[in-house]
Amino acid sequence: MAGNNPNAKLMNLTLKVWRQRNMNTPGQLVTYPVKNISPDMSFLEMLDVVNEELLIKGEDPIAFDHDCREGICGMCSLFINGRAHGPERGTTTCQLHMRSFKDNDTITIEPWRAAAFPVYKDLIVDRSAFDRIQQAGGYVSVNTGGVPDANEIPIPKTIADKAFDAATCIGCGACVAACKNASAMLFVSAKVSQLAMLPQGKVERKTRVENMVAQMDIEGFGACSNTGACAAECPVGISLENIAIMNREYISAKATSENVA
Amino acid sequence: MNWFTKTFSSTIGRKIVMSITGLFLCSFLVVHLLGNLTLFRNDGGEAFNLYSHFMAHNGIIRTMEIVLLLGFLFHIYDAIVLNRRNSSARPINYAENHPEQNTGTWASRNMGLLGTVILVFLIIHLWNFFVPARFGGLDPVVIEDVEYENLYVRVVQSFQVWWYVLIYVLGMIALAYHLIHGFQSAFQSLGLTHKKYTPFIQIFGFAFSVLVCLGFAIIPIYFFFSQQ
Repeated sequence: MAGNNPNAKLMNLTLKVWRQRNMNTPGQLVTYPVKNISPDMSFLEMLDVVNEELLIKGEDPIAFDHDCREGICGMCSLFINGRAHGPERGTTTCQLHMRSFKDNDTITIEPWRAAAFPVYKDLIVDRSAFDRIQQAGGYVSVNTGGVPDANEIPIPKTIADKAFDAATCIGCGACVAACKNASAMLFVSAKVSQLAMLPQGKVERKTRVENMVAQMDIEGFGACSNTGACAAECPVGISLENIAIMNREYISAKATSENVA
Repeated sequence: MNWFTKTFSSTIGRKIVMSITGLFLCSFLVVHLLGNLTLFRNDGGEAFNLYSHFMAHNGIIRTMEIVLLLGFLFHIYDAIVLNRRNSSARPINYAENHPEQNTGTWASRNMGLLGTVILVFLIIHLWNFFVPARFGGLDPVVIEDVEYENLYVRVVQSFQVWWYVLIYVLGMIALAYHLIHGFQSAFQSLGLTHKKYTPFIQIFGFAFSVLVCLGFAIIPIYFFFSQQ
């Protein structure tokens, strides 16, 4: 488990971790002293070490979300020392390393806080609100038939790049966690604008933005104050411009769609 | 609810109302400031009193006054609704949170607080100037054989009081911070962003906020020190 660098000085830390048995019981911060942590470990590996010790002591290990540990799946979360995914910019928690902390640091670890993201257990939150928003319109309909040639539909390079940048959203929820309003605007706008910009997405363009925004509001996310915290904390660097694009899409859809309900 | 009320009660719809009313109120600030400049004419308040008489009696101005009131009401109402929604979106706060490490400005996180300070200022301001000018209670003054209400004297007297001047300066500082975030944020909310124009909007918004609020704040300071 220790790191590769034999000269790295091992660290002793104090963790304050949010422990909560389940959705229905209130939780609290619990303090854990942690010894001999290599600066080469990832943040999640550090938690693995803590959990191994907890298991040996017969205690309940700290529950946290993780999957690929390569920074691409969006599964890991954690609000670390007052920041979504910790102190580094453009990183997920699995890509955050212990060298970002100092010996004898106290590290506070909390789950994402949002009414729409209820805590399942300890640091794990239910992010299925994002799934329901996606299901409301974050797709394109592809009719059956012959496969068209890839170069049949011309798309300007700038548009293709913008759509791709928006499509890199991994749905981790750091934008919601960092936003003072627990707003999901950056996530929803990335999904909306990614498809709205491309010819394939134009078919459902109006209903998509109407339905996704409606679902976002139903889930209980806050509104946007344009503080920019979401984009600053986004591990893949989704731009605030997407929110402007979504608002534009929303205004024009609401003004021109045939949907009067 | 039909599509119209649904649109304007959605989170984005309310931000659109906030943006449009906010920019409209900015245009009001320009008119108000230009009118106030008549105070600096060294004519014993003649130009200012004629101007205020015009503002209180002209039909178009009186109609716009209702539109202005509606602008304020919608801006404040939607701010309250959005603030309540936003705070209920995070029922449990973080034990440790450092938004100052990831957000640009303090103002952007405290628009509600700044808005409340401005509202308190506005009530004091209206009570002292607008209410007597509109509903009576000012001394008469004769300009070219016609009797007018002497709002100028009220201005002169009010700004002899140091704490009254202080309220105005603090009110304008709050307004400046509110506008520094609000002006450019309104364009973002309306989806009006573009690589070519957004940098200009941001610079213009900053300059507008600082200059307009400075222009207003100079008036009480000028009258306070010119009467010493």
